[in-house]
Formats: sequence, structure tokens, C-alpha cells
Amino acid sequence: MSTNQPAVRSGDADTQRAVLPAVDVYEDQSGITLLADMPGVPKDRLELKVEADTLSIEGQVVASTPEGLEAVYAEVRVPRYRRTFTLSRELDTTKVDASLKDGVLTLRIPKQAHAQPRRIEVQAG
Amino acid sequence: MYESLLNYPNSLFGQFERLRRELDDAFGVSGLPSSIRSVAAGGVPAINVGRTSNSVEVYAFAPGLDASKVDVTIDRGVLRITGERASSLPEQREGVNVYAHERGAGRFTRAVALPDDVDPTQVKANYRDGVLLISVARRESAQPKRITVQ
Repeated sequence: MSTNQPAVRSGDADTQRAVLPAVDVYEDQSGITLLADMPGVPKDRLELKVEADTLSIEGQVVASTPEGLEAVYAEVRVPRYRRTFTLSRELDTTKVDASLKDGVLTLRIPKQAHAQPRRIEVQAG
Repeated sequence: MYESLLNYPNSLFGQFERLRRELDDAFGVSGLPSSIRSVAAGGVPAINVGRTSNSVEVYAFAPGLDASKVDVTIDRGVLRITGERASSLPEQREGVNVYAHERGAGRFTRAVALPDDVDPTQVKANYRDGVLLISVARRESAQPKRITVQ
């Protein structure tokens, strides 16, 4: 009876309207943890990108809708979540750990293991 | 009698309710009466309702729940979803900074008035990707029939 179809047809990803997902962000000694509520987003519709120092999260809501479904009432009207964060350079973006469970995305961004202070040599002459 | 746009989705009242919500979204909360069971925008979980000729489908967008601890009941035509979400923030201690705390935690209840023609004995509930989908069958007498012309 039910088929897997996106609740609303999608077009070009960047031009789509999207809502901000609610997030929790906290930092401890070893890194930053981010949790984002993205109900209805399956793993294959979730997109995480790190470009330079920008982290972007995007996901599309996919709901199983039986044939002939007619909307009666809707609080979720925009079936897409998008949010962007700026990171700082002591974070190691190559070691980001991500998991998606029951519509909650958990991201763990560790701090650089060897964030050594850089020494600048003064050239003579 | 309680006001609910689910009973008369396409009626004048339903349309007024929709207009009211859109105005609220644009200009903030107005003094007009609202559906008695509506909650503040951003309340957990958000609900969408749809219907087909043989069922009513209620989608509750409730991420991060333990499905075994969610209660779904139907009593006198009102579908009620009750559950609890644990906080995922760590305990306050030295060296931990919380920057954003937007995700709600704790107990919640949401209620939806179902149309009169549903059959409360035929309900299916399924939790997937943080969406609780409750499908309530409509009575056979409410389903469309083709009448043969003699």
C-alpha cells in the first residue's frame, strides 16, 4: 500500500527552500559535538560538506505516502533542512565522525591532536 | 464541542484557521482564538495529517525517541501521542561549554481529533527515521463505492 516517495518533488538543491534544524552544540576538551534534529531524513538523503572552514548540513525529508494521499493539515511544510556553521582552525575537519539515528544527526569534530604553536623565524638581513 | 480543523478540513473554518496560522507566522501571535489543541510553533513533535479514501495518516516528526516508550491512544475520537525524550547534553562540569540548546527534551503530549468515520480498532503505528506514522483505517461505510446503473 505504501511506496517510498519524497513528500514533495525536489528540484535543484541550492535553490530549494529549507528550514533550520534545531541543534545542540557543546564543546569539551577533545572536541565539539553537534546534534541536529532532522526527522524524516534517511541516510542516503543526508549531505554533509566541509569546505574550507564551513560545515554545511542538508537533508531531505522522505515520507512514505500511500497512494491518493490528500493533505489535511501540515505543520511541516518545507521538506528540507539546511544549516551552515563556521568552524575554527583548531578543529580537525578530516576526522569528523557522523551518525544518523532516528532522525537525529550526531557530529563529532575533534580538535587537532598536534595543534602546535607555530614558530616564526626572523630572517636576518 | 471543540474546534478542530480536522473535522472540517475544507470548510470555511478550516480555511480561516489556515489563514490565521499564516498570519501568525508572518506577524507574530494574534489575539484570535486558535485550535484548542494547537501548540506553539516549534513544539515537539510537529504533526502532519493526510487522508486517503480508506485511511487517515498522521505523521509525527519526533526525532530521537525510544519507540518502545511512546504511547499512542485513541479515546473518543482523539488520537493522543505521549512520549519522552532524554536530554543529550552532558552534565555541567569543568571544561564543558554548551553553545546551543535548541532541541527540546522531556515529556510531551500531542492530540489530534480524528474524523468521525475512522475505525479505532484498526490502527498501525510505525517509527522510522524519527517520524512516527500512525495509520487509522476508515470504516467501510465511509469508503467510496461505485454504484452500477441498472
